[in-house]
Amino acid sequence: MSNPAILVENVTVHYGEVLALDAASLTVEAARICGLVGMNGSGKSTLFKAIMGMVKPDAGRVLINGESPAKARKKGGIGYVPQSEDVDWQFPLSVRDVVMMGRYGHQGFTRRASRADRDAVDLALDRVELSEFASRQIGQLSGGQKKRAFVARGIAQGATMMLLDEPFAGVDKRSEATMTRLLKELAADGCTILISTHDLHALPQLCDEAVLLMRKVLMHGPPEVVLQPEHLAMAFGLDVLNRDLPEQPGVPERPDVANQPGRN
Amino acid sequence: MDLFDLLLEPLSYDFMVRAIVTTALAAVVCAVLSCWLVLIGWSLMGDAVSHAVLPGVVLAYIVGAPFALGALVFALIAVTLIGVVRNTSRVKEDAAIGIVFTSLFALGLVLISVTPSQTDLNHIIFGNLLGVSVPDLIQVLVLGVVTFAILVLKRRDLTLYAFDPTHAHAIGLSPKRLGALLLGLLALTSVVALQTVGVVLVVAMLIIPGATAYLLTDRFSRMLVIAPVISAVCSIAGIYFSYYLDTASGAMVVLTQGAAFAAVYLFSPRQGLIGTRLAMARRRKAAALAA
Repeated sequence: MSNPAILVENVTVHYGEVLALDAASLTVEAARICGLVGMNGSGKSTLFKAIMGMVKPDAGRVLINGESPAKARKKGGIGYVPQSEDVDWQFPLSVRDVVMMGRYGHQGFTRRASRADRDAVDLALDRVELSEFASRQIGQLSGGQKKRAFVARGIAQGATMMLLDEPFAGVDKRSEATMTRLLKELAADGCTILISTHDLHALPQLCDEAVLLMRKVLMHGPPEVVLQPEHLAMAFGLDVLNRDLPEQPGVPERPDVANQPGRN
Repeated sequence: MDLFDLLLEPLSYDFMVRAIVTTALAAVVCAVLSCWLVLIGWSLMGDAVSHAVLPGVVLAYIVGAPFALGALVFALIAVTLIGVVRNTSRVKEDAAIGIVFTSLFALGLVLISVTPSQTDLNHIIFGNLLGVSVPDLIQVLVLGVVTFAILVLKRRDLTLYAFDPTHAHAIGLSPKRLGALLLGLLALTSVVALQTVGVVLVVAMLIIPGATAYLLTDRFSRMLVIAPVISAVCSIAGIYFSYYLDTASGAMVVLTQGAAFAAVYLFSPRQGLIGTRLAMARRRKAAALAA
């Protein structure tokens, strides 16, 4: 098994006229925790989508454990933790219902839950310390618990790779520590973890490596090197000494909205 | 005359029995589908597809094909056109939907006006509950049962699609295919409900029951039971109202569902405008007594 867990090779993606990724290349070995850093519109979400095979690159290729993303998806190896804005928290589902969705790939035509499925869900809930909240409606969890519910879904799924989109947004310090510990345990068990974030505080304690993204991969190395202010300045093009990116003037909240196909 | 007679009297007419069976069936199928429509935010899409099938139904009538086939073809045309207008011009989605479905609906009306035997076809627009023939009933029965079965068997996938299509994709399912399945079932359901309340009011049956159930529970699996039960009860009650008050039957069915929604909106203990306040007042009183 010499294949890297994630291989992104010269991937270029356009949305209409807009260049979202420009020959980006990235290799992540199995069981590593890799933090993806870049401002909004730097192509973080597009890179995630390319890894999951949701956008077809105009050029380049993506391999997951040496296989195409489609094959990796069918095997159930890819777990995904969405960012909070992408989830309808009013949706009438319990925490257990959401975690059970991780099992759908293992189930038959009607996705009827077997004993093994229920056991896997219980184990996953226990692992993320949400067992006592299993029958709560998902919107009635705290910020950190919500994120952990989705991590539990990936665990129940048996994912060997997890993609987390802004896992620390709206999460308090204690939950952040719980999440950091949880992800490190998962990595120790062999799960490859890719985190997209613009919250730089949590990265040095959590990640084995960090990647600076600005449509292409500017830098890839140990977090304490990559997160040096002079390096961050390359990705953000701004004074980032205060390390508080979301509040920076001049960084639009969500410039990537304009890049979505079908919106003008 | 006691309540029992009041309920039994209409059933002595065959046409009333057929009307009640058809309505109950359409109400149940529409209500189950509506649970997903209101959660995905596809109410406008339901409106669009249910109107846009009209020319398909008329053309099917003219060439003697099954209504469902014509409806499916035109549902597909409508969805494609909406997508094309939205993606290739600066017009936003709601406007694209408005343009496409009203135009197709108008096309249907024009087709009706140039087709002989207009009386039959005008029933499609406002429904003709009391004129349901036996073949009509059989068609509704077959379509209704098939649609209902697919919805129930695939309910977990459809819920996953509604809640998190990205996860569906990540575990190797196709969100596109699931969306297409839901749209296809929407077209079939529209045909089922045409007979009952007509093209114009189908959308009510496709939205109100799901929205009502959503105000009553935090569990999707319970919504799937509450919505059809409320919808069936309201629809049958609506037919009785129309029988005794001598009013338009399809409209009365929708009006009853609307009244049920209003009652839940006001008095639901979870979400209701007045219900939540009453519950709060009760709690405060209990706390005061305990102190």
